[in-house]
Amino acid sequence: MITCWIRGLRRALGTFAISGLGVCLSAAPAPDFNRDIRPILSDTCFACHGPDDGKRKAGLRLDLPENALKGGKSGHPAITPGKMEASELVRRILSTDPESVMPPPDSGRKITPAQIELLQRWVADGGRYAQHWAFVPPARPTPPTVQQSPWVRSPLDQFVLARLEQGGLHPRPEADRATLLRRASLDLTGLPPSVEELDAFLADRRPDAYEQVVERLFRSPHHGERLALDWLDTARYADTHGYHIDSARDMSLWRDGVIAAFNANQRFDAFTLEQLAGDLLPNATPEQRIASGFNRNHMINYEGGAIPEEYHAAYLHDRVNTTATAWLGLTLACAQCHDHKYDPITQRDYYRFYAFFNSIDESGLDGRYGNAKPLIKRPEPANSAELARREAEVKELEAQLEGPELGAVQVRWERDLAASEPTSWLAPSRWEVAGVRGTEFDRLDDGSYWARTPAPEQETYRVRLTAEPGHRITAVRLEVLPDDRLPSHGPGRFENGNIGLSEVRGERTDTQEVLRWRTATADFSQDGYGISQAIDGRADTVWAILPQAGKAHEAVFELATPLGDGGESAPPLQLDLVFESGFPRHQPGRIRVTTTDAAHPGLKSPLPPQLLASARRPVGERTREQAAELRDYFRKEVSPEARKLRSQIDVARRRRDEYERDLPSAMVMGEMAAPRDTFVLTRGDYDKKGEKVLPGTPAFLPPLPAGEPVNRLTLARWLVSPANPLTARVVVNRYWQMFFGVGLVKTSENFGSQADWPSHPELLDWLATEFVRSGWDVRALQRWIVTSATYRQSSSAPRAGVMEDPENRLLSRGPRFRLQAEAVRDLALQVSGLLRPRIGGGSVFPYQPPGLWEELMSRGDNDAFTAQKYVQDHDEKLYRRSMYTFWKRTSAPANLTTFDAPDRQVCTVRRPRTNTPLQALALLNDPTYVEAARRLAGRMLAADTDDRRRIAYAFRLATARLPTAAETELLLRLHQDQVARFRKDENGARRLLSVGESALGPVTDPVDLAAWTMVASAILNLDETITKG
Amino acid sequence: MTSESLLRTQLTRRAFFGRSATGLGTAALASLLGPSLLQGAGSLTAPGGGGLLPGLHFAPKAKRVIYLFQSGGPSHIDMFDYKPSLKSHHGEELPASIRMGQRLTGMTSGQKSFPCVAPMFSWKQHGKSGAWLSELLPHLGGVVDDVCFVKTMWTEAINHDPACTFIQTGSQQAGRPALGSWLSYGIGSENAQLPAYVVMISQGSGNKTDQPLSSRYWGSGFLPGQHQGVRFRSQGDPVLYLSDPPGVSRDARRSMLDTVGALNQLSADAVGDPEIDARIAQYEMAFRMQASVPELTDLSTEPAHVRAAYGLKDTATDGGFARNCLLARRMIERGVRFVQLMHRGWDQHGDLPNQIRGQARDIDQPSAALVNDLKQRGLLEDTLVIWGGEFGRTVYSQGQLSKDNHGRDHHGRCFTVWMAGGGVKPGYTHGETDDFCYNIVRDPVHIHDFNATLLHLLGLDHTQLTYKFQGRHFRLTDVHGDVVKAILA
Repeated sequence: MITCWIRGLRRALGTFAISGLGVCLSAAPAPDFNRDIRPILSDTCFACHGPDDGKRKAGLRLDLPENALKGGKSGHPAITPGKMEASELVRRILSTDPESVMPPPDSGRKITPAQIELLQRWVADGGRYAQHWAFVPPARPTPPTVQQSPWVRSPLDQFVLARLEQGGLHPRPEADRATLLRRASLDLTGLPPSVEELDAFLADRRPDAYEQVVERLFRSPHHGERLALDWLDTARYADTHGYHIDSARDMSLWRDGVIAAFNANQRFDAFTLEQLAGDLLPNATPEQRIASGFNRNHMINYEGGAIPEEYHAAYLHDRVNTTATAWLGLTLACAQCHDHKYDPITQRDYYRFYAFFNSIDESGLDGRYGNAKPLIKRPEPANSAELARREAEVKELEAQLEGPELGAVQVRWERDLAASEPTSWLAPSRWEVAGVRGTEFDRLDDGSYWARTPAPEQETYRVRLTAEPGHRITAVRLEVLPDDRLPSHGPGRFENGNIGLSEVRGERTDTQEVLRWRTATADFSQDGYGISQAIDGRADTVWAILPQAGKAHEAVFELATPLGDGGESAPPLQLDLVFESGFPRHQPGRIRVTTTDAAHPGLKSPLPPQLLASARRPVGERTREQAAELRDYFRKEVSPEARKLRSQIDVARRRRDEYERDLPSAMVMGEMAAPRDTFVLTRGDYDKKGEKVLPGTPAFLPPLPAGEPVNRLTLARWLVSPANPLTARVVVNRYWQMFFGVGLVKTSENFGSQADWPSHPELLDWLATEFVRSGWDVRALQRWIVTSATYRQSSSAPRAGVMEDPENRLLSRGPRFRLQAEAVRDLALQVSGLLRPRIGGGSVFPYQPPGLWEELMSRGDNDAFTAQKYVQDHDEKLYRRSMYTFWKRTSAPANLTTFDAPDRQVCTVRRPRTNTPLQALALLNDPTYVEAARRLAGRMLAADTDDRRRIAYAFRLATARLPTAAETELLLRLHQDQVARFRKDENGARRLLSVGESALGPVTDPVDLAAWTMVASAILNLDETITKG
Repeated sequence: MTSESLLRTQLTRRAFFGRSATGLGTAALASLLGPSLLQGAGSLTAPGGGGLLPGLHFAPKAKRVIYLFQSGGPSHIDMFDYKPSLKSHHGEELPASIRMGQRLTGMTSGQKSFPCVAPMFSWKQHGKSGAWLSELLPHLGGVVDDVCFVKTMWTEAINHDPACTFIQTGSQQAGRPALGSWLSYGIGSENAQLPAYVVMISQGSGNKTDQPLSSRYWGSGFLPGQHQGVRFRSQGDPVLYLSDPPGVSRDARRSMLDTVGALNQLSADAVGDPEIDARIAQYEMAFRMQASVPELTDLSTEPAHVRAAYGLKDTATDGGFARNCLLARRMIERGVRFVQLMHRGWDQHGDLPNQIRGQARDIDQPSAALVNDLKQRGLLEDTLVIWGGEFGRTVYSQGQLSKDNHGRDHHGRCFTVWMAGGGVKPGYTHGETDDFCYNIVRDPVHIHDFNATLLHLLGLDHTQLTYKFQGRHFRLTDVHGDVVKAILA
């Protein structure tokens, strides 16, 4: 009887297919709807007979009992309680007629004989439904009574043991103390214990020595790192934007905050509020705002032709998916295009959830220059002082610009202006233009030149001109002219018609004397791109003309010393019009150059008419606006003194801005003043807007608290309200998974109808309710787990025991599985003494095979973007914990992804665990591990003079235990073997020792050290070393 | 009662497949399996790559694939989709009846004018099938009777990142497994010492600032990591960390691995975890790969006339497309299931007439040589060669159209791919576009249809190749896709 039950249980757990099941079924207990029946109906039937209104066949729903009892369009009840023959469902699954059998052969769904029998028994037993277990709030179960009560250390163990006893299984004895310490250290800090920590623990005879050590591990600053690591996967944390160019961002402040939160054992409900809505908390601190960056960690696009709305929608879909997965264990994303196929989530529900995140003041395309808005700057005190100093410098110069001295000059200018005549501009007797990078021009009838060949990214127009004989030159005028052949009608050749004149340089062709400019004026300048920037000696600052594209513009460059004074003709000139600012193709498509000999050269119209009028008006009669306009114009475009000041101000501002820009920042959430409207998107397409919706939560879950504003903060409070049936279960399950490798619910990302049935449903509910009762105390939750007898079991078992419980879902032994990627590398660094244990800070660039990024990235314009070329760090940054390795999404760290680290493009709450030859190659040959082996060999040699004890030392560092005699012998023989080999190839030994940048130090015998390096490498490659046992 | 040995094998296999793997379940072979373990499982391995793998839905026409992916969007208008009448529209505005308000990328949506551009190249018919090709592809002209052209591929995506992600993974957004990963998961490897799914990257001489690639294009998405494409690189180790550290000889490595193996065996005996057996096998396979990969990538063993046929000049320094084509042939000879070339440089927004000459020259001879070479070796029969990009290009000029120069923007409404061998109809052209190469007038083939057809050729029903993740049975073709029967041989 019990055997039958256990077999049934295994089947329900999805671990085994047992033949001959039917024999037992009649004697087995009645099927439990949630455990036995819903998974079959959900996986086999709901796609066509479930919650999705759009795809329902024959009007039949099998997810709702009232509908199943009534039947679909046919009118035949799908289920008649107790009467199999009157139940259409039974008839259809038993049918041999391909026309009527369910599931239909072309559906891709299959139903097994065992499942058919279960469904029959369920109908026979009354066909009773129950609400999906995970959607019912957990009630605190009473821990069951058990026979082997002395084994039990906590109520948790009662649940586990009861299940084992039901199956006639026995728990394994407690693991030896060294194994236990290693297990707890790896689980709670991600690092193995040191020899000193091992010795101290083994010598500690107090009855609560283990509990004490657990508390020590909780207090370790590495504990926060360890918990943060899994949260980084959940939060899809990365150091680049992920799409296309995939340039850099910096969310390390957010990462530091997460580590700090775990180190402070912040309660999970408070943590939730800050991660989701820290910005909305009353009087939010900078730390709380930074925490809200959780939902800014998604990928952000910057592709030239991409459509902003499309990507803005993609970010929102990502936030919905991530938030629903991380807190609710719901696959809300399945309702993006249509109603959910398995869970009672409508498409409308989806977009109501989406609406919570749709009011962030962000751009659709913003993944080019570092962090995208909204963001928060985080100056340190020292930085603040420096920033203030730079700010003061700006203020001082700005005051000079507004000072009385310039005012006097302005008055004189206005007087001249009032009397001035328009300047006449003369065509040169000869002039021509050619691009130094190959642009060719055609001369047009009006004396202008047309750029005929395709625009290069950057270009300099070289103009040669000769004035009419007898003319002198006081100024040169450049006209940039519109043309219908140009994009946006020009005058620029770039798509938006803009130009970017970096510099105008001139020289006399006869003497090569460089011309100096006194002033530059323009009829119009784009805000921040004034004409003075064309004579400031910098190629990266330009004169530009947006938004006035499609019109002619002109700029006048007045010479400091007129040419051809004293009746001589002006000499021939060469002018370089430089368009090399980095703005691509910002060159005019049609230009004309003319000169003047006027004593006070001005523009065609020296001032816009209204300014001229203001200038001619007596000072007292000007309006405040007119006065301000004149003052600004004079200082921007006229006065050389003001120009100099302005250029100094520009420099000072740039110094300030660059300093401020380089201050650490973090992307955060931040609400718009007026939120965007949210619509149901038909088939999930960003450009197919349907019904307008307001923020809200799915109807099958408890309502949002009444009277609260319907915003993200309230959503966050709702997620961690005790009434929410999902959050606590989902969270405790993820922690369980962290310790045992598999969650109590195996599908930790999905608690919906398609979820795996929990291995220990009551235990899950007990943990969830206790967790809430503790005030969401994450550390208390971990303490229950790691101090339990269940966790302390030995992980080794006879093969027969393994066969009884192959995936250890029944917890008949302690957890044993390969370390996660980061811990594999961290362990090697720690054991070899290389690890630099500093907590937090910016990401680092350790060893990586050259070219991995460069092969994927753009080549010609690499320098215009960040994170295109991998520049390896040196010194301590080579040896930081792996969670700080710079994470480029399109080319994630090779030696981590090889060990199943995700690419961090989307939220991941469960990593697969594979076992591949590429992992072996990395551990054997990656310089990281070769260097670690060399350093470990050095430690062995320093630790002892006896070879056996050296081996024992390294073995213990790596595995926490002493090697057996047989193991020692094997390693000793390897050492002798390698010594013999390297003796014949001493140069080979030296080459091996050259791997890695850490100092080698004095080597007395390179052959011996190389041989020990191979021994150390063997130890680092052991299954036991990279496995938590 | 099941015998202990069989159960143990089962358990070991579970460990390999990743414990979450369902779908084809235990019948699915993982890509990098240690064959020594699988031999115990009997029927799972297919001897010598022949025979029917369990788990296939029907007899495959193709057993392996070489996918010559052309990144950037090759212009179908200038190479494949010949429209003599386009000459008469040259310089004219694209009629609104053709454009039909379809969305454009942000790069040309602001353009005031959309002048049609007829290709600035001459055209010729080739072979018995009479396929038209422009002068850019003279070598391909020699093999057109083995080639099936699909002129009516289409995609909803209009920018590189989503379009490449779409054609590689069946979804515009990140997170799904690539085609090759699905095959690795569904059919697995034919080979004991090489990965099932290999990726090689090259850069053409066309657009040197071409779009970046992402490892997502060959990522395994939610499938276990052993199914992701393994990059074979032209610099450094072909496979990451393949070479032993300097100074470590093969014998020294062997001896060290013997020790590691023996120690792991002791551990397996003591602990009882079948994962340790798997680890031992993986180390053995790693050791074999260290020999088989360099042997594979050593092109100096190829006869001079073969290298010349591919247009490969210097085997030591040429990391380009020709080298990768020849390597692809060597890989499939050795049982690699899916070889994916990623060739960059097709993004001709400007200066198209000049750029595409070089770009086409780079691929023309090697692609044709590959088809010929496979045919001569009798491999074309069950090897599917695919050539194509993520979308085509617009008939209208991007930027100004001059006498001899212009650009073209991205165009997803129709584009051309070609295939050869592996059960597709040779010397056949499928589908037809309008006179402007802008819309499809007959027989559209959506990316999902194309992928469904590909799986079909490999013996897989695209609706049955599923993987359960987040409660959903995911497919390469999502909920779409029809096998294009007309192109099956």
